[in-house]
Amino acid sequence: MSVIIEIRDASAGYNHDVVLHDVNLTIQEEDYIGVIGPNGGGKTTLVRLILGLIQPLRGEVIYHGDKQRNLIGYLPQVSQTDRSFPISVNEVVLSGLMSARSGLSTYTRNDRSRASEILEMMGIAHLRKKSIGELSGGQMQRAFLGRAIISEPRLLILDEPNTFVDNKFEHDLYELLRELNEKMAILMVSHDVGTITSYVKTIACVNRNLHYHRSNIITQSQLAAYNCPIQLITHGEVPHTVLGEHHHNHD
Amino acid sequence: MTENMLHLFEYEFFRNAVWAALLASVTCGITGSYIVAKRMVFISGGITHASFGGIGIAYFLGFNPVAGAAVFSILSALGIEYVSGKTNVREDSAIGILWSLGMALGIIFVFMTPGYAPNLMSYLFGSILTVGKTDLLLMLGLSAVIVGFFARFYHTILFISFDEEYARAHRIAVGLFKYILISLVALTIVMNIRIVGIILVISFLTIPQSTANLFTKNLRMMMIYSIIIGITGSLTGIYISYYLDIPSGATIIFAFVVLFGLAKIIQVLRTRMLIRRQVNQLSNQ
Repeated sequence: MSVIIEIRDASAGYNHDVVLHDVNLTIQEEDYIGVIGPNGGGKTTLVRLILGLIQPLRGEVIYHGDKQRNLIGYLPQVSQTDRSFPISVNEVVLSGLMSARSGLSTYTRNDRSRASEILEMMGIAHLRKKSIGELSGGQMQRAFLGRAIISEPRLLILDEPNTFVDNKFEHDLYELLRELNEKMAILMVSHDVGTITSYVKTIACVNRNLHYHRSNIITQSQLAAYNCPIQLITHGEVPHTVLGEHHHNHD
Repeated sequence: MTENMLHLFEYEFFRNAVWAALLASVTCGITGSYIVAKRMVFISGGITHASFGGIGIAYFLGFNPVAGAAVFSILSALGIEYVSGKTNVREDSAIGILWSLGMALGIIFVFMTPGYAPNLMSYLFGSILTVGKTDLLLMLGLSAVIVGFFARFYHTILFISFDEEYARAHRIAVGLFKYILISLVALTIVMNIRIVGIILVISFLTIPQSTANLFTKNLRMMMIYSIIIGITGSLTGIYISYYLDIPSGATIIFAFVVLFGLAKIIQVLRTRMLIRRQVNQLSNQ
């Protein structure tokens, strides 16, 4: 398996507050990493660090990209969107193809047919001409996921993908992510620990430090050992999560 | 009446005014749509009023006031962009300070300038009927730059404006684009101060755009509609101001507001009709 991104001894933060300290993480092809941790523990900072939106205060982030392919696709939290912005669903999805390399020019016919495929895949082809603000939270999430994967990036990053989605789409989403994982690595941030552990392959516990757990099965005592004070949502005995089994916990 | 309207074209001042209205509609239609979409109306107000400082200093030192306004507005635009991106100053407070600082400097320097300040009123309230050849050439140049830049980079501008962080993650030079765009906004403001004046220029950048926004949720169409509405409103304003002998800038803005009101009524009626039709269809089933 080839390495996509390496974070080495990185510290990061804002305004003199160190949010992440001495973090090491290697993301390889076929990885499916769930990032969990308490609020303010640095999950989003980790995502921003990987995306290159902030620079590490110490240490480094190394990208092993090939020039032909976009390295990272990103699904941000929907809540930050300006819903009255005049942009159509189709334009949002297409914008995922734009990069500094592509010459910042117009889209080709190829790009447009690719966008149609993606819209079809996301089940929002009938909404392509709607403006983004006319969509429901779940539909918007699909449009953004379309934007994230249209360039077939090597790594897909999802920040709290299950915040606004309905149960129906949540199931579809995880099914889709499993298929996508055959083509790209996935890193998913979530507060809903019970749900993500049923799908991810490995777990990264982030609370200022990062503890990498090479399994999707994690116990409360392991979390305590990782200094990661979050409550596992459990029904009955722990652990309940096995890869391949789809069952959801909503408490 | 029609003959009367046409005979006005025999006068050079009137032909110039019509050209100025066309070019102002183009520059304001495009950058104004960007401002409205990005919710930057307050920032633009700040840049506009800051430019008065430049006009005042230019009067005092004996330079061309438009050049003074251009320097001041671009510097303040870049300053606001820098502050909002880098530091922890609250953006709206920073704009408020710049806004009044520009006006204060303008008033002080105009006061200190010996003798009578010629044309000062035309910068405050605009006068499209006195626009000269040089003004028109500058406006034509700016229109060409704006149309060219937006045509070439439309998708990039749309992408950056909608989701700046995502564009950064795609390694697009977001900062550079924002500095260029805010400079174009500043230049649009300065060139149109001659037309409608400092006090009213913000309306040229927002009212046609808000009117267009009632009918389209597509940025490109918003720009095109805004240009058409801008031309309609400003030509109407010029004629009315000429015949009633009232200030042209204010009359143009008044025409914009009337057009916005009409458009709003049409939009409400159309929505009501569509809903009624749907209800009828449902109850006929």
